[in-house]
Amino acid sequence: MASEATQSIDNTALWDGGRSPFGMSYGKNMMWFFLVSDALTFGGLLIALGFARFKFAGEWPMGEEVFQSLPFLGNGFPLVYVALMTFILIISSVTMVLAVEAGHRNDKKTVAKWLALTVLFGIFFLGSQAWEWSHFIHGTEAGLTLADGSVIHGANMSFNEYGPQLYANFFFFVTGFHGFHVFTGVLFNIIILIMVLRGVFEKRKHYEMVEKVGLYWHFVDLVWVFVFTIFYLV
Amino acid sequence: MERDDLIVDESYAINAHHSEEAGKKIRRDIYKVTLFLTLATILEVFLGASFKRNETFTWDVIVTVFAILTLVKAFFIVTVFMHLGDERKNIQRTILIPYFFFMAYMIILITIIEGDFQGLIQTLPF
Repeated sequence: MASEATQSIDNTALWDGGRSPFGMSYGKNMMWFFLVSDALTFGGLLIALGFARFKFAGEWPMGEEVFQSLPFLGNGFPLVYVALMTFILIISSVTMVLAVEAGHRNDKKTVAKWLALTVLFGIFFLGSQAWEWSHFIHGTEAGLTLADGSVIHGANMSFNEYGPQLYANFFFFVTGFHGFHVFTGVLFNIIILIMVLRGVFEKRKHYEMVEKVGLYWHFVDLVWVFVFTIFYLV
Repeated sequence: MERDDLIVDESYAINAHHSEEAGKKIRRDIYKVTLFLTLATILEVFLGASFKRNETFTWDVIVTVFAILTLVKAFFIVTVFMHLGDERKNIQRTILIPYFFFMAYMIILITIIEGDFQGLIQTLPF
């Protein structure tokens, strides 16, 4: 695709200065390095989660039992809502990559269309997560009866009806940190959408900024793929 | 002295442009990956919803399927959606190799060995 990246260039010429040895612009290069460091942060969180799961192997709650509700429809739909959220995020990733592709053809209208859809799906995902959090915090009708006869509903930072306290803490921290990334991603997308509509990139003659923000957005989707498997499925 | 052989930052971006026909092929690839990601997610949800976690061999197989599907999904997102497959070999390796080693080390040492040990000392009678 990128002609600079597919050219075979002699190693000495490549590293002799005057050009990027990686064949990409400075901004995109730094976005990649930032994503590596961010991936390490998420990796650390998920590894801590794995540690806690092993420690409480017998009593760790099952995702399909805790997350089985749909808005307006009640209980009995194991993992359906999480699957819907995952699907929305994947589709938003697809619209983003289509925006990048249109940018490579300098097609302003198509870029704006796909970017706007990406923003829309991102906001939809954030709303879904807010609903899921609210549902998790309020808990079930039955709740959990403690040894002293009192009943607790839902979970927060000091109690948890579903299982070990750490389960609730990891839920809030991992999905919260991911949701914060989605939120910043939506902000970036809105800023870039405004710049596209104002014709900033048309003057610049390339839409690389869409690609850089797209990298971040795909990364958010990538993290969710892992969170989905490790937190909800396994 | 001004040098004229320098590659300006902008030229990398302009070099990445492609024609209408090339775009068609790229979009077809994108739709193929979308289809795969959707089907893989549906399969994962189906398996996750219909099997409960337990100590049987079936569950071990399902967990392995989850792990493989997740890694394959990640591979397609990174290579096709993030275009890492289209970049130079040296940047691919710069990004992936250090990350892979660091993660493998943490997963094996902290999650598996240390986590298992923590679970073990909880079951001790003293």
